[in-house]
Amino acid sequence: MVLTTDKKSISIHNTEAVSIAEIPVLAYADFKAQILTWLHFEKCHCVAYFAYPFAGGLKFIAAIADDSNAQIYLLSHEQEGQIIELEALSATAMPMHIYEREIAENYGVVFNNHPWPKPVRFAFNRFNQEMQVNDYPFYKIESDQLHEVGVGPIHAGVIEPGHFRFLCNGETVLHLEIQLGWQHRGVEQLYLDKKTMLQRAILSENIAGDTAVGHTMAYALVSESLTGAHTQNTMLDIERTIALEWERIAMCIFDLSNLNIGIAYQLANSVFGALRTPVINFFQSWCGNRFGKSLIRPGGTHYPLTDELVAKLVAIMDDFETRFDAMAEKTFHLPSVLNRFDGIGKVTKKQMTLIGAVGQAAKAAGLIRDTRYTHPIMAYETLKVLPEMQNGGDVLARFTMRRLEIKQSIAMIRHLLDMRQYVDQESGAPLKQSESSMKPNTFSLALVEGWRGEICHCAITDENGNLQHYKVKDPSFHNWLALALSLRNLEISDFPINNKSYNLSYCGFDL
Amino acid sequence: MSILLYLLYTCCALLIPGVISITKAKLSGRKGPGLWQPIYDILRLLRKGSVYSTTTSYLFQYAPLVNFAAALLALAFVPLGDIPGLMHFQGDFVFFAYLLGLGKFLLILNAMDTGSGFEGMGANREALYSMLVEPAFFIVMGSMALLSGHNSFVDIFSQFQDTSQYAILLGFLGAYILGQIAMVENSRLPVDDPRTHLELTMVHEVMVLDNSGFDFGIIMITNSLKFGIYAGLLANLMVPIWLPLGFRLGFALLISVLFGVMVGLLESFRARNKMARNPQFILTLSAVSLLFFFTVMIIANRI
Repeated sequence: MVLTTDKKSISIHNTEAVSIAEIPVLAYADFKAQILTWLHFEKCHCVAYFAYPFAGGLKFIAAIADDSNAQIYLLSHEQEGQIIELEALSATAMPMHIYEREIAENYGVVFNNHPWPKPVRFAFNRFNQEMQVNDYPFYKIESDQLHEVGVGPIHAGVIEPGHFRFLCNGETVLHLEIQLGWQHRGVEQLYLDKKTMLQRAILSENIAGDTAVGHTMAYALVSESLTGAHTQNTMLDIERTIALEWERIAMCIFDLSNLNIGIAYQLANSVFGALRTPVINFFQSWCGNRFGKSLIRPGGTHYPLTDELVAKLVAIMDDFETRFDAMAEKTFHLPSVLNRFDGIGKVTKKQMTLIGAVGQAAKAAGLIRDTRYTHPIMAYETLKVLPEMQNGGDVLARFTMRRLEIKQSIAMIRHLLDMRQYVDQESGAPLKQSESSMKPNTFSLALVEGWRGEICHCAITDENGNLQHYKVKDPSFHNWLALALSLRNLEISDFPINNKSYNLSYCGFDL
Repeated sequence: MSILLYLLYTCCALLIPGVISITKAKLSGRKGPGLWQPIYDILRLLRKGSVYSTTTSYLFQYAPLVNFAAALLALAFVPLGDIPGLMHFQGDFVFFAYLLGLGKFLLILNAMDTGSGFEGMGANREALYSMLVEPAFFIVMGSMALLSGHNSFVDIFSQFQDTSQYAILLGFLGAYILGQIAMVENSRLPVDDPRTHLELTMVHEVMVLDNSGFDFGIIMITNSLKFGIYAGLLANLMVPIWLPLGFRLGFALLISVLFGVMVGLLESFRARNKMARNPQFILTLSAVSLLFFFTVMIIANRI
């Protein structure tokens, strides 16, 4: 942790804990100027900006990640009184729009000149309880020629709830508005209500079922950093990294299968679908759950990766890779498949930068947002991952990203298994509840690259070392808007494959 | 004899969806449902009552029945070589085409009647594709009428194979075009995907989203019948007319099964079109049928 020379922020690295008192408190004008200066550069992006009740008013903390030097800058401002009115950062810096909307929704803060002042998720503890999900202010165009098509909130495949409203001119979509916030689980509040580490870890596993490992990892890292249990354990780091990459493979192969059903290419759909089974079944043999639940715990793990499991993993991976390569080779050269995906749902790098997109979707448009590369922790520090990139920004690019990332993850796991042989260490048991006392008045933040992209968990403890505020950010928080932009001037029938090509989380967004 | 033929075509019609789904299942490495599963599904649906939304009118209740009746009647016109269908008269192929058109028109009204944005979209697409595919059918049938000098199905098909030594080639070209028309008319790949659950990409399936129970069962039978109709037309083009009767009937059954297998094959190893490319794709069928037309003109020494 270093105080920057101008004393306007402190910089930490990923998963580092810092005392609240050390985060500089600026006047709002200075705060705004500082944030805008950073966000002017592509290398900087905001990973957290939130408010929490503090001494009768609100304290706002922002974390800006600098991807060029693996530093995260923290700064804050405090506002007094019940009704707070601020000049919106997003009037200039678009990526901040979603954070400001969230703060406005939770605390009734008014952001002047906000370009898109809409509810985010209708949290159960939102400030304005009169605002109901039915009152969502949809964007409208008055015209006799245009028509609206509403889809949802009940999904055709009854997966999760989300409402999509298309403003169409015939078959062409002029504007898509995505209204989420149909599940009011109150995940962030539950972190404060649940008092034991185990409860919180299980809670993390259920933030988004398809990113169980990713979110639990972020929670584990945050709590390790707050308890000070964050000791160097190479074996644990290797095993966790393998789990994270394995989850990436499982989800990418699922997406490949799912995208192929969207275009009615049956062969690839069934082959990729069948290939997913051995992958998730390995999680089952590793930790007793196919989605990797109960594998990640703060401080250690109940399920070390034994030599037996490693042998099994290698066998599964060899078989998987042969079959995957054969099918991928065929699929990625089949004219009807390429024709169907090519040029559909294009977003530019500039658009992705402006909305603050992260992860796979951003990389598919040529924007490097991969915390494994820019803010490495665990075994990524030694692995030095070079993110796979695409420049198209269309469905084909996102489709191709899946293939590239699967190959990269397999290579990484092989590498990690080799490294593992040179580590003479146990991954160790998880922290006991008696060892879980956290440092008082401390802030910690963890960035984990889940399969979808950057997951950010922030925690703040009060003077007794209890959790005072907990903040969860799934990559879907940013990327839903990318889906909406993808649909501009596209045929409405192309929506499903676009949606599948992002495969964003509803529950990760709704919390 | 015509009654026997009608029964044969009906059996083929009921068989084809099962053959398609078995083929697709085998090709994707699954065990798949039994051959009779589509028929069980229809029987199950027929035992159920229908649910009608309050926004729909009487149209919604009659449309599936009219569609069904049109298909039943259209099947009655399909001959096999010189065995006439149950009905035949001069120019019956035009009547046949518009009978199917009538059924489709009612189904489109059925979709519009629900007032759903989805179904309106599907109806719009279906109307467009039917319109685009119509020229191909008439060019092929018209050319054959020109070649044989007759204008009813049974006369055309009984004379067609004797007209020249090239008739067998023409038969296969015609079969290709009719096969593709059947894929469009029956809402199969690459124009439509009958398996999708995504309303926004559907053409035919989305039009019948609100139909349920008995009505939906009727629609399913109609879809089967349309397969039977086109399989029958294909059989006419390919079954040699000089074979003994029993062989010809057997051959027709074989062609229906092969048609089902072909559809399964075509649907397993490719992706569907972009929706915007569909009109272009369907229009190429008209282009190919023009090829058919000019070949006929040359054979008939008209040019």
